[in-house]
Amino acid sequence: MSAQVVTITSGKGGVGKTTAVANIATALAAVGQKVVCIDADIGLRNLDVVMGLENRIVYDLVDIVEGRCRLRQAMIRDRHFQDLYLIPAAQTRDKTAVSPGDMVDLCNELRPEFDWILIDSPAGIERGFRNAIAPADRILLVTNPEVSAVRDADRVIGILEAEEKGSPWLIINRLKPSLVRQNEMLSPEDVLDLLAVPLLGIVPEDEAILIATNRGTPVVLDEKSRAGRAFRNIALRLMGKEVKDEDWDTPESFWSRFWPLKGRK
Amino acid sequence: MGFFRSRKSSAQDAKERLQLVLVHDRTNLPPGALEALKDDLIAAISKYVEIEAQAVHISIERQGRSQRLVADIPLRPRGQRATD
Repeated sequence: MSAQVVTITSGKGGVGKTTAVANIATALAAVGQKVVCIDADIGLRNLDVVMGLENRIVYDLVDIVEGRCRLRQAMIRDRHFQDLYLIPAAQTRDKTAVSPGDMVDLCNELRPEFDWILIDSPAGIERGFRNAIAPADRILLVTNPEVSAVRDADRVIGILEAEEKGSPWLIINRLKPSLVRQNEMLSPEDVLDLLAVPLLGIVPEDEAILIATNRGTPVVLDEKSRAGRAFRNIALRLMGKEVKDEDWDTPESFWSRFWPLKGRK
Repeated sequence: MGFFRSRKSSAQDAKERLQLVLVHDRTNLPPGALEALKDDLIAAISKYVEIEAQAVHISIERQGRSQRLVADIPLRPRGQRATD
């Protein structure tokens, strides 16, 4: 087994990177994949709370890098899936405690044990971002259909091209279909036309995300959530499966009426 | 009258603004620099051939993730006197 290393980044903060990592990782684990998540946002650790694992942390990424613990000791097993692990970020240090080379070495050590290594990148385009993309085989770019998020996403794409990391795959998060219909929000087509990178998936705005995050239980575990469904589809596409999204352009009432009838593929 | 004027949708506005800003971000060529480039271009070309300086149009066109600088430079017909 040799894991694929997938880094999730965005440029702008607050677009839903950490939520995307927690949900894609959980969705992959739910279909039997072996997954480890690395929170590379040193100093602003959050993947632990989104996954509901904050009470189990003893060691962190910096402890591994600086040799204070063995790799296994810093890996926290998920509450729901036994083949899903988290390596948390250090909270009391900064990005300079880890180098891009450290991340490459860490991933090489993890690769034989897993199918997927997901790295949660910090916002921005500086050291923490460089650390996060260094070991990546594939980069996922999360954006929102909103001017500043799209502009920052474009900067990130430019940097990835310059670094010869290839084109990232785009996740358009927090789409509000009703606003798009009123022509008051950029449509997925608009965003794709502007950024000109391949689309991995569209995640509709969904209150279930906030509720799931409150509880530390990723929304993909909520069968009825539209965002959960979208993240499950994204995970399947990452695995190379062709999955069609439900039409995001369907009015909500219509959509929810048919929800209970749809079985998971 | 303005009351009934149909306003451009905000999504359209966002897209058009982003199209412009991304072109300048990607090329690291701010709008002011493009104007200066246009003036230099006119000066350089005018050394060889008479052009309609006022009608020169220069823009950056976008195709996917690549940009090209497009200059439309009308030449002045031979024998016609400059009017400016």
